[in-house]
Amino acid sequence: MRVHEQFAEDLALYALGSLDGAERRALEEHLDECVSCRRELELLRGDLSLLALTTAGPKPPARARQRLLSAVAHEPRRPVAAHASERRQRSWWSSVGWPALRWTAAVALVVVGIGLLRQNSTLQQDLASLRALFIDQGSRLEQANQIVATLLDPDATKIELVAVGNKPQPRGKAIYQRRNRNLIFFASNLPPLPAEKIYELWLFPANGGAPIAAGLFKPDARGSATVVNPPLPEGVEAKNFAVTLEPESGSHESPRGTPVIVGVGE
Amino acid sequence: MPSADTNAITSDLQLVKAIRSADQAAIAALYDRYSSIVYSVALRVLQDTGAAEDVLQEVFMQLWRNPEAFDASRGNMAAWLAVIARNRAIDCLRRRRPENDIEDAVVSVEHDLVSETDRSRTIEKVRGALQAMPAPQRSALEMAYFEGLTHSEIAGKTGEPLGTIKTRIRTGLLALRKVLAA
Repeated sequence: MRVHEQFAEDLALYALGSLDGAERRALEEHLDECVSCRRELELLRGDLSLLALTTAGPKPPARARQRLLSAVAHEPRRPVAAHASERRQRSWWSSVGWPALRWTAAVALVVVGIGLLRQNSTLQQDLASLRALFIDQGSRLEQANQIVATLLDPDATKIELVAVGNKPQPRGKAIYQRRNRNLIFFASNLPPLPAEKIYELWLFPANGGAPIAAGLFKPDARGSATVVNPPLPEGVEAKNFAVTLEPESGSHESPRGTPVIVGVGE
Repeated sequence: MPSADTNAITSDLQLVKAIRSADQAAIAALYDRYSSIVYSVALRVLQDTGAAEDVLQEVFMQLWRNPEAFDASRGNMAAWLAVIARNRAIDCLRRRRPENDIEDAVVSVEHDLVSETDRSRTIEKVRGALQAMPAPQRSALEMAYFEGLTHSEIAGKTGEPLGTIKTRIRTGLLALRKVLAA
């Protein structure tokens, strides 16, 4: 993967925190979509960390150690196992720049991501498996990066196939993980929104409870849209999902508008 | 028989894992190992021992509160802490609220920094590269990194065009990478 040459100088400045104004905003927009430039940014930060390491100076005074240990003793923390890693997982998903993705290929990413999570859980076991897992994880991450790079490449050809003679119909796919309240929803071929209207995604609980609002969204010019990890209550088992056309502020309590697409089950 | 480096890797990871289990001795051990690095970086940026001690305290308290932020598969503890310390010190220097979340500090270091010997060897290479740079290039890089100045501020301070500053910084970083790759 190559860094885009027009951003090369700005990337160096950005890694230093020295880029400001419109150039900074333009680069951040590009970074949202460009895996190779994000990777280069990490490498630049790595180079710069070595610059930081050249600052040999005096050792801190002994009182600093005592101060830290005293603060630690006064701030006991609860042992944590899973929550933080789940948070990190969410922030990773939300930083990938989903609007450009097609759902079919994103499923492949989800599979890779689940594989990585499984590996992370076994990483704790012993030294021998630790090193092997690092290597394996690195290669899977690289694989995931390659997939994302392809998906986000603005020059990539993206064509949806339908039965011969058929016009593309609105469609959607929801991937929901109850345990972590993770929901990824992709839609395509949605009709353009009428004035003062918006699409709303709904989760229908398996226990027959009232539908739960799972995000308002507007499709892009091609009718594609993505909803990633909307706020959802804990532990809800989903029976179905649907998208309705609602007033621009959304309905929130229950769907009032016209159903556009509904789930058919797997 | 694992090498000394392997032992050190395991040890850092084990200590981070122990912090997740609220083990106070583990944070003390990581402090003993890396406090000099964190303090040196903060002192270089802030030029004030009291302020540098505050940054030292903050960095290790952040590690205590959020050990999961250290992603061992993407970086090395010494480099990661150095970057966190530099970012926090720059925030202090510019009297601004913390702008950098430690979870966002992804540092990809492709050099072996685990053992003292490897670290010293790499640092000597970096110092050599800095010394070999033309003075204006080194100065631009250091003003950006250790003083937290933006490229427009550096241009204002030196009276050089913006484009020149950009090029100097980029070329300086490339020179650094070239020496490290050798």
